[in-house]
Amino acid sequence: MFYREAGQYKTSYKADSAIFPILQDRIAIWFYLAVAFIAVPLFGSEFFINSMMIPFLIFSLAAIGLNILTGYTGQISLGSGAFMGVGAYSTYKLVTIFPDMNVILAILLSGFFAAFIGMIFGLPSLRIKGFYLVVTTLAAQFFLEWAFIRIPWLYNYNDSGAIEVPNRRVFDIVVSGSEASATTRYLVVLSIVVGLTWVASNLIHGRIGRSWMMIRDMDIAAELIGVRPLVAKLSVFAVSSFYCGVAGAMMVFLWLGAAEVESFDVNQSFLILFMVILGGLGSLIGSFMGAGFIWMLPIVIRAIPKILGLDINASTVEHINFMIVGALILVFLIVEPHGLARIWAIAKQKLRVWPFPY
Amino acid sequence: MDFLYSLFVGPFVDMFSTPDFLLQVLWEGFVTGTLYSLIALGFVLIFKASGVFNFAQGIMVVFSALTLVGLYQAGVPAYLALLLAVGVMALLAIGVERLVLRHMVNQPDIILFMATIGLSYFLIGLGEFIFGGETKSMITEQLGLPTGSTTFAPFGGVLILQHIDIAAVVIAAVLVAGLAFFFSKTRIGRALRAVADDHQAALSVGISLNQIWAIVWFAAGIVALATGIMWGARSDVSFALQIVALKALPVLILGGFTSIPGAIVGGLIIGFGEKLFEVYWGGLLGGGVEGWFAYVIALIFLLFRPQGLFGDKIIERV
Amino acid sequence: MFKKLTTGAVAVALAASVQISSVSAGESLYIPQLSYRTGPFAGGGTPIANGFGDYLAMLNARDGGIGGVPIVSDECETGYNSQKGVECYEATKGKGALVYNPYSTGITLQLIPKAPVDKIPVFSMGYGLSAAAIGEKFPWTFNYPATYWDQLSSIIKFIDSQDGGIKGKKVGFIYLDVGYGKEPIPLLDQLSKEMGFKVVKIPVGVKEMQSQGSQWLKVRKERPDWMIMWGWGSMNPTAIKEAAKIRYPMDHFIGNWWSGADVDLRPAGAAGKGYRSANMAASGTDFPALQDVLKYVVDKGKSQVKDRSQVGTVLYNRGLYNAVAVAEAIRTAQKLTGKKVITGADMRLGLENLDLSAARLKEIGLPNFALPIKASCKNHGSGGAIFMQQWDGKKWVKTSDGITPMTDRVRAALEKAADKYVAGKPDWVTQKCGG
Repeated sequence: MFYREAGQYKTSYKADSAIFPILQDRIAIWFYLAVAFIAVPLFGSEFFINSMMIPFLIFSLAAIGLNILTGYTGQISLGSGAFMGVGAYSTYKLVTIFPDMNVILAILLSGFFAAFIGMIFGLPSLRIKGFYLVVTTLAAQFFLEWAFIRIPWLYNYNDSGAIEVPNRRVFDIVVSGSEASATTRYLVVLSIVVGLTWVASNLIHGRIGRSWMMIRDMDIAAELIGVRPLVAKLSVFAVSSFYCGVAGAMMVFLWLGAAEVESFDVNQSFLILFMVILGGLGSLIGSFMGAGFIWMLPIVIRAIPKILGLDINASTVEHINFMIVGALILVFLIVEPHGLARIWAIAKQKLRVWPFPY
Repeated sequence: MDFLYSLFVGPFVDMFSTPDFLLQVLWEGFVTGTLYSLIALGFVLIFKASGVFNFAQGIMVVFSALTLVGLYQAGVPAYLALLLAVGVMALLAIGVERLVLRHMVNQPDIILFMATIGLSYFLIGLGEFIFGGETKSMITEQLGLPTGSTTFAPFGGVLILQHIDIAAVVIAAVLVAGLAFFFSKTRIGRALRAVADDHQAALSVGISLNQIWAIVWFAAGIVALATGIMWGARSDVSFALQIVALKALPVLILGGFTSIPGAIVGGLIIGFGEKLFEVYWGGLLGGGVEGWFAYVIALIFLLFRPQGLFGDKIIERV
Repeated sequence: MFKKLTTGAVAVALAASVQISSVSAGESLYIPQLSYRTGPFAGGGTPIANGFGDYLAMLNARDGGIGGVPIVSDECETGYNSQKGVECYEATKGKGALVYNPYSTGITLQLIPKAPVDKIPVFSMGYGLSAAAIGEKFPWTFNYPATYWDQLSSIIKFIDSQDGGIKGKKVGFIYLDVGYGKEPIPLLDQLSKEMGFKVVKIPVGVKEMQSQGSQWLKVRKERPDWMIMWGWGSMNPTAIKEAAKIRYPMDHFIGNWWSGADVDLRPAGAAGKGYRSANMAASGTDFPALQDVLKYVVDKGKSQVKDRSQVGTVLYNRGLYNAVAVAEAIRTAQKLTGKKVITGADMRLGLENLDLSAARLKEIGLPNFALPIKASCKNHGSGGAIFMQQWDGKKWVKTSDGITPMTDRVRAALEKAADKYVAGKPDWVTQKCGG
């Protein structure tokens, strides 16, 4: 009833092909942003901000990174965890080598290191695709994991082998480290994620994004009409790894506070792939939905038996979580391969015609 | 200079000064390689018949072994437990065909592949939910598998062969021979090959695809069970094995996705290669190179011979 | 399809919001339990969590808690994964947590910088960062009875007392390649220089835990006189089996106290005969307190153990001992502050003034269960002795009295390491110890 576009006339092509063609959508997006930037820091408890919102945003960014590669360009990767690691370790090196460096700048810069490494491991994609590419990305995953352990320079020869986040100030506010407040870190994460999502949206809807999608849909035809596979493929690996790298750096610096190599292992890669699949391949909003879903699910599963007064031990919860995630992947791939984003779109379509669907 | 020495000369000096040890390393590589081959074999079976790249094969190895041990611990006699485990793999095969594959006909390969990742997650959760998450030891003796070892003295040194390793190699050989016989001499086997050659032609001569899929998944389940028993006897049964099982992927790159001899040769190359490299060269890099050696070999291979050693299909390149 | 999904989503969202708003209320002592009953380390994590939980449950059932205040304990599954551990920490710290026992060196390392900020002490009993034993530099972290460095020095001391000394020998060090396994290496390097023995380090990655063929081939190649193991989870049984395979002399193979549980040796059985390991608490159930646990908790079906035989195993008793130390620290804190319901800061005081003497152990029904612990402002954990146990093919047998660490060497090294840790952190909270 309220979600109706009657009376909104498009008077230019630009308006017609806008990302949010409907006024209500534009209002909604500003509303969400207002909630995220104002209401959450004001009213959210520390637990809510630190254990739900921050990881949700960080994983959303990683999922966007993988979605650009897998959803928009059709190159499947199981190495996103390792690329997150590249971002985290390079930020760590940057802030310890240059102690006065702005930590937010360091996080963004580290994305370029990740992009570079991503391009190197993306080189085989010029010759192969599909399952073959899966194996090369697994090679990246395992090789980088090994490097994070066996190259002690990367963690400054710490006895523990872990990277620890120092307290760093930006404009006299502690942004990273154990003393940074959850709200500060949340706002930094939110700003970075919103900014990079905007960039991603522009990339995807621009010339380069269209060339990625052409490669996905039919590579040979794309080449025939003038898309250069070399440029398109390497650029997508670079962009995707950049997003993963920034997400990894934020994960360590703005959320966990310290990390070992396990945080970037192959299971992390799987998890991000699941976020992309459940959220919807080739959809930015889907990346957010998938990340939110995968992240919130175990929290909800843990909460339900307590509300019902049942006593289920922690390990059973974990097992059930695995089963549900696995089963949902199957269900989604069978019933709705375009994921939550598609369901969202259907919902909006229904709303548009409600209450008179015919 | 030292570095060059330890890269190009030292390892070979080591090898020939203690040939008995070299033999031991080669034997270890051979047995590990056999097990990689078996996992890869499971992949190949399914890929040939249905074009599904079954990521869950590694999990099936653990799941089947866990079922076996779990049933035995619940008080079922060992051989009956083995039979029941075979039955569970049959149920799994039928279940996968009915609930998953049947609904995903005509989906792109990559979607099917992701579905098998979902399946593997589901199986991990189910396995731990039913049998518990702790590491279990394989019921080697109860199944009548040999334990103990034999010592040889080649070149005046010591070479220790575990009986279970010998049994693993023998069982693998029998399994491969059995599968070869099944494929070439039986009616179902011929139907399987027909499906592998051309789905539509097979359909038109009256072969039921659904049935065939259930059968190959079951065959892959049996291979997984055998692998699980052998691997479990060498170490223990737990889901940590799944990461090791991923090594079957580089094996497949080497051997080609559709070739059974390729899976075997590829497995052996990776087995020998990684053991030799780890023992003689690993120290240079700080050790632990086994984790990625196989993948990097596969990566290099991909650049020069993407169809693998025995792959018969020219893969689509861009 | 769509309607069902929306109703489902709404129901779930409602459920979640109810959960978040519910806070544990009333007078209680809240002790979160970071446990791991899944994954490759579950074999060790499960008995520890059982022992820990059962002792606290026994106190609740028998005495109505500690000082009349009931204990509330939640388990949060970490899977021995540092990231999940931190998530568990963040999820539970707001509920008035008194102390964290992470049971993972990796998680401990992550919690150490958080402890002073949130004012909740971290108690890593016999694991974690060794340097955290220096109370002046780490006011919020405790790791008695002994740090890894103490333990390593005790093991080296033991080796030195055998077969005519350690000088000139070759010692193999096989370790799990994570924070935990790498922790004692600085001291090992130092001791090898000072005492004149050669060290061969053999890392085992988490992924290779169950296929250690290459690692043990390397052992065969290097032929070390002694092997020391810093293993955990499914690494241990595999290592012992592999050692038996290459016929390594088992009585020259020594595990630290995380590599000497019943679950580690049972798979090897008779082949593991002669294998030694360090330990800190007795096994078995011949203690009044353990009988109470059986009576009040296990027999009533309130425990997660599958049957009575799991009570009294090495790791079960380790977890129980941990709970004893926590309970005694709470008692101490209650005495010192005069409050019944204490906070994390009070708990820190209790842990710092803990005096678990032989007499006190006897009083709480655990005579000679472990060697006494006495903490102080300066010393949060270094210096405790270990004893050796040996596997006889079926069970563990205690074979030595307490072996004290080389405190002179270890303390200096720990202080240096603590200084190094604090050096890069200008905002680090330290404390001064009077006298």
